[in-house]
Amino acid sequence: MFHLILEMFTYPFMVRALCMGVLVALCSALLGVTLVLKRYSMIGDGLSHVGFGALAIATAMNAAPLAVAIPVVIAASFLLLRLSESSKIKGDAAIALISTGSLAVGVMVVSMTTGMNTDVYNYLFGSILSMSEGDVVLTGVVSAVILALFVFFYNRIFAVTFDETFARATGLNARLYNMVIAVLTALIIVVGMRMMGSLLISSLVVFPAVTSMRTCITFRSVMICSAIVSTVCLVTGLVISYLYAAPTGASIVLCNIAAFFLFTALQKLRERLQSSEKSL
Amino acid sequence: MSLISCDNLAFAYDGVTVLHGLNFKIEQGDYLCILGENGAGKSTLMKGLLGLKKPSAGNVTFGGDLRAREIGYLPQQTPVQKDFPASVREVVLSGCLSGMGMRPFFGKAEKERAARNMEALEITDLADRCYRDLSGGQQQRVLLARALCATKKVILLDEPVAGLDPLVTINMYKLIERINSEMGITVIMVSHDVQAATNYASHILHLGEDRQLFFGTCGDYRHSAAYHSFMDGGKAVHIWKKAQAKNPAPAAGAAPEKAISPAAEAAPAPEVKNESPEAAQKTEKEVRK
Repeated sequence: MFHLILEMFTYPFMVRALCMGVLVALCSALLGVTLVLKRYSMIGDGLSHVGFGALAIATAMNAAPLAVAIPVVIAASFLLLRLSESSKIKGDAAIALISTGSLAVGVMVVSMTTGMNTDVYNYLFGSILSMSEGDVVLTGVVSAVILALFVFFYNRIFAVTFDETFARATGLNARLYNMVIAVLTALIIVVGMRMMGSLLISSLVVFPAVTSMRTCITFRSVMICSAIVSTVCLVTGLVISYLYAAPTGASIVLCNIAAFFLFTALQKLRERLQSSEKSL
Repeated sequence: MSLISCDNLAFAYDGVTVLHGLNFKIEQGDYLCILGENGAGKSTLMKGLLGLKKPSAGNVTFGGDLRAREIGYLPQQTPVQKDFPASVREVVLSGCLSGMGMRPFFGKAEKERAARNMEALEITDLADRCYRDLSGGQQQRVLLARALCATKKVILLDEPVAGLDPLVTINMYKLIERINSEMGITVIMVSHDVQAATNYASHILHLGEDRQLFFGTCGDYRHSAAYHSFMDGGKAVHIWKKAQAKNPAPAAGAAPEKAISPAAEAAPAPEVKNESPEAAQKTEKEVRK
């Protein structure tokens, strides 16, 4: 089995997938902590569906897929953020409208032009074969930007996530930080979509964060733990998908599910130990 | 010059004026309590003082070397915070951000300030505990420490004892009094607990019917019409207590005096008379709504 894993990395497309995947996993895990805590998890899911619509239209117009998808998804992320802040339209309903709406547009465009081919299938469920050199470079740039911004604004992102009113009252520009978070989320979703598929990419955002919140008690440890969990699950998923010729995106998500249950069990165990210590 | 002065201040939502004719001054070292029933505009005024809402008329002037954004704020807890994974230290430190400009990381000065404030509020031993695992009173102390980190002069407290049990409530009030008298920090407290307000505050601002009903020292307030209108409601409680003493209900889950809001005190007395404490509490909730 070990030599199979070694053999796996002799294929250039596997190495590409690994590099890209690790970067995407790292960034989405960091952003995910904020998104989950701010109750914005569904925004990630909504954005990936918008991404599918945009990719379908780009294919129909013969344009570069990412060049179309990135601006469209960023615009959608602003819209969703604005909607979730306004009390007049209920945020979750708005997300459902936008995500199913753009999925429908995408499906319509696909059926009127190319029909359901492999490209479309890959947009929905992801593929590590469809990624080019250019994609890897783009992922590298986007992740570098996200990581840098994240480190630089870490304390402010914490303040805005924990208590937006307090942050605004003491002079932080909470709206700006929300917008930064929205743009970064949009970018990572578009970039990660190629590999994970638009239906599965939001799991990379939500799962690691929720998993690490089971056991970690400080914000910093949640961040670090979720980055590690996300990366480990991605690599494991990639290896499993290679060994068993399974779909990559789904394998990664299954690894994340396993990690979630493992952490839940650990937390339960710790609670039980603590309560038995107390009773002694 | 006063620390904060409001001249003819008014606030409006979508063109509808909700609060007008506010004239008051806050001096260094004051303990001002903003009283009023729900919907009287307390939160609006608070947002105005914090600079989160623009007044529709008049203005807020900061004197001395106090600037807007230098008010330490203790907000009411949000649902997001209930299961937030963060250590006490992280939460308190986040209060220091306001004075840091564009500097990304906390320096020694910020860490010392946070440590000092944690020490003052007796939460140093909780520093590495998770915020979500603390009791309500401990959480309020943490948020108070954070508010102190964000200011050198003024803190604004939004219903600091909401949801706390009676003993913790008394401790919280004592703590706030200490912050005012020992640390010399001006306190502005939004509350509807008239009892505590008159016990601890030096000045009272009473809001009602979308305007200012009273502003002045606590001593003057006791002789004012606004105070007596509140105390009329107090009679209801008095009658209710008498009724309780006569027919003690089996479940003695009655709310202690301090936890009863004036809104509830204003509940019609005769109805309350024959009901059990639970029912009385129910009416309290309904009135609050």
